Amino acid sequence: MMTAPRMSLTLGPVLYNWPIARWIDFYNRIADEAPVDRVCIGETICSKRKPFVDEVILGTVDRLERGGKEVVYSTLALPTTKREVRDIGDMIQAGYLVEANDITTVHLLNGRPHAVGPFLNIYNEAALAVHLKLGATRVCLPPELPLGSIRAMAAGNDAVEVFAFGRPPLALSARCYHARSHGMPKDACQFVCERDSDGMDVSTIDGVPFLAVNGIQTLGYVVTAAVRETGALREAGVVSLRLSPQSCDMVRVAMIFRGLADGHTTEKEATEALGALALPGPLSDGFLRGLPGCTAEVD
Amino acid sequence: MRGNIPPVIANAASILPLLPLEMIVRRLLANAMAARPSFAERLGEHAGRSFAIDPVDCPFVFLMRPGRNKAELRVVRRNEAPGTDARIAAPLLVLLGMIDGTYDGDALFFSRDLVIEGDTGAVLALRNAIENADLDPSTVLALPKSLSGPFNSVARAAFDRLRRLLDAPEESGPKGAFQS
Amino acid sequence: MRAVPELVCPAGTPAGLRVAVEAGAHSVYCGFRDETNARNFPGLNFDRAEMREAVAFAHEHGAKVLIALNTFMRAGSLEVWYRGVDDAVEAGADALILADVALIDYARRTHPKQRLHLSVQAAAATPEAIAFYRDRYGIARVVLPRVLTVEEIARLTAQSAPCETEVFVFGGLCVMAEGRCMMSSYATGKSPNMTGVCSPPSHVTYRDEGGALIASVGGFTVERFENSEPAGYPTLCKGRFSARGITSHLFEDPVSLNAVELLPRLAEIGVTAFKIEGRQRGRAYIATVVKAFRRAIDALASGGKIDFEELRALTEGQRDTVGAYRKAWR
Repeated sequence: MMTAPRMSLTLGPVLYNWPIARWIDFYNRIADEAPVDRVCIGETICSKRKPFVDEVILGTVDRLERGGKEVVYSTLALPTTKREVRDIGDMIQAGYLVEANDITTVHLLNGRPHAVGPFLNIYNEAALAVHLKLGATRVCLPPELPLGSIRAMAAGNDAVEVFAFGRPPLALSARCYHARSHGMPKDACQFVCERDSDGMDVSTIDGVPFLAVNGIQTLGYVVTAAVRETGALREAGVVSLRLSPQSCDMVRVAMIFRGLADGHTTEKEATEALGALALPGPLSDGFLRGLPGCTAEVD
Repeated sequence: MRGNIPPVIANAASILPLLPLEMIVRRLLANAMAARPSFAERLGEHAGRSFAIDPVDCPFVFLMRPGRNKAELRVVRRNEAPGTDARIAAPLLVLLGMIDGTYDGDALFFSRDLVIEGDTGAVLALRNAIENADLDPSTVLALPKSLSGPFNSVARAAFDRLRRLLDAPEESGPKGAFQS
Repeated sequence: MRAVPELVCPAGTPAGLRVAVEAGAHSVYCGFRDETNARNFPGLNFDRAEMREAVAFAHEHGAKVLIALNTFMRAGSLEVWYRGVDDAVEAGADALILADVALIDYARRTHPKQRLHLSVQAAAATPEAIAFYRDRYGIARVVLPRVLTVEEIARLTAQSAPCETEVFVFGGLCVMAEGRCMMSSYATGKSPNMTGVCSPPSHVTYRDEGGALIASVGGFTVERFENSEPAGYPTLCKGRFSARGITSHLFEDPVSLNAVELLPRLAEIGVTAFKIEGRQRGRAYIATVVKAFRRAIDALASGGKIDFEELRALTEGQRDTVGAYRKAWR
């Protein structure tokens, strides 16, 4: 039997508005302890949060690189203003390895090698081929894709990454729901999103947990965990698993997925270990199985 | 609900036998299906579902199962109506207005002049198929083409007056829906 | 003299297309009856023969047909979409409305002369994003996302030339960036991007609870309409939810877009086409809305006065909004 090559682990960017001291501590610990190969860093959701991150990002990047991690600069998922676009252009000009989360960024990259985050609509092998030709070297697929699609896309290249852990990103909007829920306009939001480190839980009117809100972003209430699928993903040719930061112990999460990817940890052990963490919602692999993404994992 | 037939008439209808009505409506449905062969095709996977078309101001209910080539239809008294995959309920005049395009089904539903229950997908498929059938009275009655123009304008005027008389919801449709 | 803005109208069925054309649509957009178009609802859309007839009918009446193939191709089944493009070209489409970059690439390579529009589902919201499609694939027109303000639209329109812009002026409003929303597949397993449906009717149920109408999608309660309240289709993003102990229309009130008042400004900044949403709506709706907007556009073109009252009356009894077109919406 042919053994598939080792899958790498990519830590996605922190999607939430964490207080900056906590943000720094988080990355310091990742640099020192987490068995991840690659760290995506930078504000992807709201440009208003960006100055706080930018102020400390270089120090954090140094620390991560000293810890042996490849660092990728994640960019805004929904740039609209001139200034937001210019900021992305500046990052590219500075020569950093950038992760594109909008077609705007792909255009600005103009063929330079880059990574692609889970916010681009790459749903099939032909779209993937277009992006590889445009210089993408690693592409995190949209979280709603089922295993069948992933199989068709991961064959014959070394670029496919799958969203394997964290609340699944579902939607982006021009409107800030955090501000709206606090009765404030987006322009005077007072950064209320800082209060919810895993996003603000949203339930139905009859109390069933449903979604989570992170500024202009909507995520699922559940926590994606591709535990049962890790083996199948490796067989399919997926080269990397993306772990999206939540407020739980992400070093531990990385260790669990490292063990799974290497075949040292069983599904049962991994599920139990993940279940013991302070997760914001139940584990789910609904999307991967072609089911509604809200489907909680049941055995 | 707006547009109800006055109870006096509805009550009088309740003592009439349903068989003649069923025969007439079957005939009309057969005419419509013959004139619009793409109807069943448009229902797709929803052909074969059972629908209760419920004129709430009448004592009876139409039970319909549109199939590939023909539609089954029965008329039963409301208290004898069996369960169906979907139910569409509104005053008779409103239901008729949906068939000929006088009313927009969405608008009726939004204003609560129309109630739907059960398989929402099947209801929508039926509604869209009826929308596309673009039926007018002369087609349903299978009148010869030479008569359709004048007949449809007379029918349109009559329905217009009746809607006003019974305080039915305002027409949302193209004024010429009944014109050929 | 400024060119007359083009009125682009929806057609869910061949009958709807005829009504739209007769009511004064300059162009009609529609799609095939399968997963290639983003309004893949039961009973809607056109088979191949119907599409050919529809194009012939529209052309006879001086109207154009824009065929939407605006979902994202399913991995391993690209042929379904490629065939859709070929058949749309063969049917005589005046333009194809596409979203998937690989389908655009295919259409451009296979049919070099075919006019291509970028669907709103591609959510191109910056001059750079538009340039991406314009410069690489010769996209002739971009349908702008509904998340932009009028001033952003002005900037985009100016910078996108010669690529034209088309904006939604009436109908259902997406609150999220179009084509980048997976809420529906999260709740139901079916999504606009993959199956061409949002909050699909097959997963919608209505239930009576003591006179109140409870609407749910995929088992999640989305809205409760009290006895006298107007009802609505339970689109997920327009539902009533609970956060921080407060129940509200967290994402958007159940409103529809009515940008009537912005028509003169949109024409002034050079928007080429005004689009009406609603391929799922009936002939009655299409006829009324198309006629009213055509009159408004004719008034705009001749320097006459727009009857704003008539257009406002279209959403009477329902709530409407100019949405993100005004910045305060955000």
